[in-house]
Amino acid sequence: MITLTVNGRRRRYAGPPFKRLLDVLRQDFGLTGTKEGCGEGECGACTVLVDGKPVASCLVPVCQIEGARVRTVESLGKAARLSALQKAFVERGGIQCGFCAPGILMTASAGPAPKSEDDARRKLAGHICRCTGYVHIVESLMAARRKK
Amino acid sequence: MTVLRPRGAAQALRMYARRPDAIPLAGGTDFMVAWNAGERDGRAVLDLSAVREWRGIRRTAGVLSIGALATHAELGDDHLVRRHFPVLARAAAAVGSAQIQNRGTLGGNVANASPAADTLPALAVYDARIATAGGGGRRLQLSDFLIGVKKNALLPGELITAVELPLLPRRPDRQLFRKVGPRAAMAISKTVAAGLLWLDRGGAVRELRFALGAMAPTVARLKAAEEFVRGRKLTPALAEEACRLLDQDVAPIDDPRSTAAYRLAVSRNLLREFLAPRF
Repeated sequence: MITLTVNGRRRRYAGPPFKRLLDVLRQDFGLTGTKEGCGEGECGACTVLVDGKPVASCLVPVCQIEGARVRTVESLGKAARLSALQKAFVERGGIQCGFCAPGILMTASAGPAPKSEDDARRKLAGHICRCTGYVHIVESLMAARRKK
Repeated sequence: MTVLRPRGAAQALRMYARRPDAIPLAGGTDFMVAWNAGERDGRAVLDLSAVREWRGIRRTAGVLSIGALATHAELGDDHLVRRHFPVLARAAAAVGSAQIQNRGTLGGNVANASPAADTLPALAVYDARIATAGGGGRRLQLSDFLIGVKKNALLPGELITAVELPLLPRRPDRQLFRKVGPRAAMAISKTVAAGLLWLDRGGAVRELRFALGAMAPTVARLKAAEEFVRGRKLTPALAEEACRLLDQDVAPIDDPRSTAAYRLAVSRNLLREFLAPRF
C-alpha cells in the first residue's frame, strides 16, 4: 500500500509498485489532466509537482514517492474559476491544441515567477510545444505575473 | 517483477548481496526510459530512493563528499558546491531539464557511465573519487571507475555511496564548463568540456586540467596538452600547439548527433579560447 497526498487529498494506491506516477494519476485516481507526450522525459507534457518541484511523471515509479505531496493541473482552477495563470493562457493564446499546457502550467506555477522573458524561457526549457512557437506561452507567463 | 525497497544503507547492501542480478535504481531518469520501452522486462530492481544515508552533501577534512543520491538540482543549488566546485554546479544545471535535475542523481549519472554524461568532465577535472560499499567498499579514481561505454567497475553487490572531491589548494584563475548541443535543454552533448587553469605571477601555466565528454568511450582528460603547457607562458602559439595535441587523448566518432570532425574542431575551439591570452 502506497499513500500519497494528491492535490491536498490523501490517496491510497494498492497496485503494482512500479507503475508510473503518470498512469496512477490518470487510471487509478481519474486525474486525466496530466498528459503523456513522449514517455521518455523529453517533452515535459506529463510534468507534475512532487513536493513542489516539477518532475516528469512518466519517469517516476510510484513506489519512489511514498508519502509525497503531488500537485497536478486539476489543482490550479476549475473551468468556471480559472487561476490567474490559466486565464492568461486563454487570453494570450498560450493554448492551441492544449496537450503541452498541463505540464507547462505546473512548471510555471512552481517556484518564483520569472523575472524576465529570458527567465521564463529558461524556466520552460524542459517543455516542448508544437503549436504556438512559444511566444504566446512566454507572454502568458509574463501577463500572469503582472496580475499577481 | 520484483522491486526491492530497502529502508536504509545496510538493508540495501544485504538485499543486493542476495540479489546481485537486480538493477540499482536511483532517480530513474535514465532507467525508466528503457523500462517504458520494455527493455528491462522481467528484471529485478533495487530501489534506493528511501536510503537516507547516501543523500546529502558534506564537507569533511579536505574533501567535499556528495552523497550518491544527491540530485542534480541539489548540486546546482548547494552553496559548498557552488563555492568550491563551480564547474560541477554548472554541469549539474546543464543536465536534461529542471524535471530531470529534480530526480536524476550524481551517483546515477556516474554509474550509468554514458560517454556524453554532462557531470563527468567536471568530476574529471576535480579529480573525483568514487566511494563504494558492499564487498568491503573501495575508493576508485573516476578514470578507474569508468571502464567503457556505459560500463563501470562496480562488482556484483557493490554500490556507489558518494562522490568525493578533494578541495582545491588554490582557486583556479580560469574555469570553464561548456556543453555543445543543438539546444540548451535535453540535448545529448556533441562535445562537453570542463577546464581549470592556474597561472603563476609571470603569466606562465602552473597547471591545466581539461576534460572532454562525448569524445571517447569514457570522459577524457587531455594529458598530452596538460603536460605540454605546464610552465610555459600563455601565447597564441602555445594554445595552438595544445589544440594540436588534443587528439592524442580522444577518439571521437561519427554518430547520429555529430561527426568526429565537427567534435574535434569544436573541442579545439573551446580549448583555444580557454587558453587565449587575456589582458
